[in-house]
Amino acid sequence: MPDTVTFVVNGESRSLEVEGRTLLVHALRDGLGLTGAHIGCDTSQCGACTVLLDGRAVKSCSVLAQQVDGRDVTTIEGLASDGELHPLQRAFVEHHGLQCGFCTPGVILTAADLLSRDGSPSDDAIRHALRGNLCRCTGYQGIVESIRAAEEEAS
Amino acid sequence: MIPAPTRYERATDLDHAFELLAEPDAKAIAGGQSLIPVMKLRIARPSVVVDISRLELRGVEERGGELHIGPLTTWDDLTGVAHPGLEAIAECANGIGDVQVRNLGTVGGSVVHADPASDMPAVLLALGARLHVRSPAGSRELTVAELLLGPFTTSLGPQELVTDVVVPLPAPGSGSAYESVEHPASGFALAGAAALVTPGRETVALTGVSATPFALAAGDPRSAMAEAEIFGDRFASEEYRRELAVVVAERALARARERRGS
Repeated sequence: MPDTVTFVVNGESRSLEVEGRTLLVHALRDGLGLTGAHIGCDTSQCGACTVLLDGRAVKSCSVLAQQVDGRDVTTIEGLASDGELHPLQRAFVEHHGLQCGFCTPGVILTAADLLSRDGSPSDDAIRHALRGNLCRCTGYQGIVESIRAAEEEAS
Repeated sequence: MIPAPTRYERATDLDHAFELLAEPDAKAIAGGQSLIPVMKLRIARPSVVVDISRLELRGVEERGGELHIGPLTTWDDLTGVAHPGLEAIAECANGIGDVQVRNLGTVGGSVVHADPASDMPAVLLALGARLHVRSPAGSRELTVAELLLGPFTTSLGPQELVTDVVVPLPAPGSGSAYESVEHPASGFALAGAAALVTPGRETVALTGVSATPFALAAGDPRSAMAEAEIFGDRFASEEYRRELAVVVAERALARARERRGS
């Protein structure tokens, strides 16, 4: 039996019908058409589905849609504003932070959580924060450099 | 993967949660970082998921010579615990899972999930923590050792919920530490050790090496480990795990001793 869940997505209040078992990632992708949250694994390990929940990085495959009722979700689609890429997005383009791009939305949102708490993270802190985001292309070096560049631009 | 069909109910207070948990095969969900992955694998198929995450049981407070940790306190919250002698709490919390898991995963949810390789139970055992639990029948208090009966098995009844995790503040001049060697893919401990060193006593507890985390008998870790019942699997043989347990126990003890009085 479907229930209605209402939450703010990328600044806009949205309501949709979901089942008790519906995962947030499916509500976002199938219910709201926000396909930037990717499904890369079935085991809650890859981080490709990472979104911000009240500003904190979470795996949207490991949250029930109804758990976010009344809360605030940001997906990769909500990061740019007025047609301007977010500094992290720009840095990933300029510093080879991605190759195939599948993991990138999750990586960028995890980095957004990190930079919101720590304005000048060490390389170790950046790598520690990326523990839950698997990238099979870059070897992470370009990702770390992109996050560093975004942080330097912001400071 | 998609979980088996279930209903979702949000508890508004503890009594409401007890009422919802009366249904057969009901399951409480807090951060969901253990439960949802096993629901996706359909290992867990609750009839109803009772969301307790909005109950007012989150936060850390020092009161009456004890640290009271609300069971809904997340790992991320615990990385901020900075009480002298209780260094192991933040150190352990910061190494659990990944930032996404730490943002949602809760200490209460993890402890009652009773994963035999979970990190924090070792810390809670070494620090002598007690758990307050409540059900419609009343409340009781138990130690972590009394809670953990075996892998994914606890002594809690179906309607019992942890309401407080109580850690006694160690005497001045104490230090603690957590050390682990992780399975590189899962991040769970192949062997993890928490140590508390007080002016009068040294306590070590281990996780990842046995059916449940356990406190090591007093004395030299190597001789104490010789008596312990250790399991082996395809990642680490019994012999290797026993040796690894001694190594992490000695490292944790050494760092806890260094932290004394610092």
